[in-house]
Amino acid sequence: MIGKTKLLVRSRAFATKEDSEMDLKFRRNPDYQSLREEMTPERAFMDRRRILTAAGFLGAGSILGALPACSEPQQTPVPVAAGAGGHPAPGAALKAKKAAYAVADQASIEDAFTGYCNFYEFGTGKEDPARYASMMNVSPWEITIEGETDAPGKLALKDLIDYSKLEERVYRHRCVEAWSMVVPWIGVPMADVIKKLKPKSTAKFVQFETYLNKKEMPGVNRPSLRWPYVEGLRLDEAMNELPLFAVGAYGKALAKQNGAPLRTVIPWKYGFKATKSIVKIRFLAEQPPTSWNKANASEYGFYSNVNPNAPHPRWSQASERVIGGKGGFNEKRNTEMFNGYEKQVAALYTGMDLKKNY
Amino acid sequence: MAGNAYLRTFGKHWMKPLTLIALIAPFAYLAVLWTLMLTNTDPYIMGFNPVQWTHRYLGDTAIRVLLVTLAISPIRDITGWQPIALIRRRIGLAAFFYAFLHMLAYLGLDREWSLAKLWEDVMLRTYIMLGMAALVLMIPLAVTSTNGMIRRLGRKVWDRLHWLIYPLAILAVAHNLLMVKLIDGDPTIHAVILAALLLWRVGRFGLKRLKPAQAAT
Repeated sequence: MIGKTKLLVRSRAFATKEDSEMDLKFRRNPDYQSLREEMTPERAFMDRRRILTAAGFLGAGSILGALPACSEPQQTPVPVAAGAGGHPAPGAALKAKKAAYAVADQASIEDAFTGYCNFYEFGTGKEDPARYASMMNVSPWEITIEGETDAPGKLALKDLIDYSKLEERVYRHRCVEAWSMVVPWIGVPMADVIKKLKPKSTAKFVQFETYLNKKEMPGVNRPSLRWPYVEGLRLDEAMNELPLFAVGAYGKALAKQNGAPLRTVIPWKYGFKATKSIVKIRFLAEQPPTSWNKANASEYGFYSNVNPNAPHPRWSQASERVIGGKGGFNEKRNTEMFNGYEKQVAALYTGMDLKKNY
Repeated sequence: MAGNAYLRTFGKHWMKPLTLIALIAPFAYLAVLWTLMLTNTDPYIMGFNPVQWTHRYLGDTAIRVLLVTLAISPIRDITGWQPIALIRRRIGLAAFFYAFLHMLAYLGLDREWSLAKLWEDVMLRTYIMLGMAALVLMIPLAVTSTNGMIRRLGRKVWDRLHWLIYPLAILAVAHNLLMVKLIDGDPTIHAVILAALLLWRVGRFGLKRLKPAQAAT
């Protein structure tokens, strides 16, 4: 026990020093991947990772409760950036500056946000993700960057997302099933991250892929969708001012059922266009396949912009039920074009027939 | 096929009132949940989308009660438990009651009580059209469910009319299947049960034709 604690302390100190050094060089030289390879030979890097994983396992407060054998004096909530991967564990408090992007409506209650989810990897029921997502291991977390990019490779989450520059944006969230929420997301603009990932001029699309693990995700053993879950955007859509790479909501790091530790938020599109628990970002010259489109192309198009005038074949999209308001009964509100973000995104679709390109 | 003597009279006296209570129970339960929600005693007792929850609950109850109606004859014929046939009509009537409430909840909570909006949906969306057709076909069966109506129509006409339960059950289950985003879960189970209940009847019909003397019991 003592030995393990020592190892923990040492490797944490090591990681912290290493991190700040890396961050510094990262800021100076955006070509991070080649830099990392120069600094640490791949094998040594991987070995260190493994030690960090083992050590971090002890440190993660959320897991501690389930492992009484590894009792540690630490009782208080895990401070920021204490997760095994060097990024905040789900539920850890996050600091973010409030951005001007905020709808006036009352945010949905947090219990609705964490309790009423679609994350089919954990089952098709709305309560399934909250019930089963705890099995998912989100630390350490690496994101593979590939395709039409000058900076391919693997990045730890903390190196992809600058946690010192987090902002909070209160966006409308509209599900294709005609319900909606208002969510105070915490994240960074997707455009800023993509710039760092150096897409080539040939890259016209970006695809996101969700984590896949049969042991941790009971829903993937059922043939509901083809796994892994993939979604995509036109690169100019991704570079718009609105999309976020979110790592938190409601002042905390994302809960697992909401797509911890990293997800996209694209507020003018139906919710399924967002990708949860992202492990891969791929730049492409051609339009990528997307999960719901593959499952049912006549109902779920590549664009899937919120559009009250383009009904789903089986239901109207003209209105939505607001989930998580005060009191149990959920009122209806009229759905707005582009979910109310027409001013920011309409220019992306000039000359396009949005009923054909649904 | 005759079953034992005990089963032939088992439940003859208490079966009908007990069934009535069982059939009202799902409605009473829903009433309790809505009361708890609207009085803010437990606002999220039906989850965060109580309207959809209520739609599904009423629709599922209607379909399940309908499937139970269709299961009565097979159970009677296989086990020889005769009195179970006494409760068939009230179960069928309850299926109509829940299907009607299901439609009413849709009309009221989703279509703002506008029949025009409802009609628009029926014309535009296949699954709603199928569901509505099933409900409409249930009306003559519900209206003729009294003893007086059986007498007035005569058993033969009544039986022929109530044969409608087969097509309407298929419509109802198709409505249920088409509603979901994927072929998964409860609607599939409903479809499998319906298929089994219908196949049993097809099999029995075939047996009768092959061996009319044997099947005449």
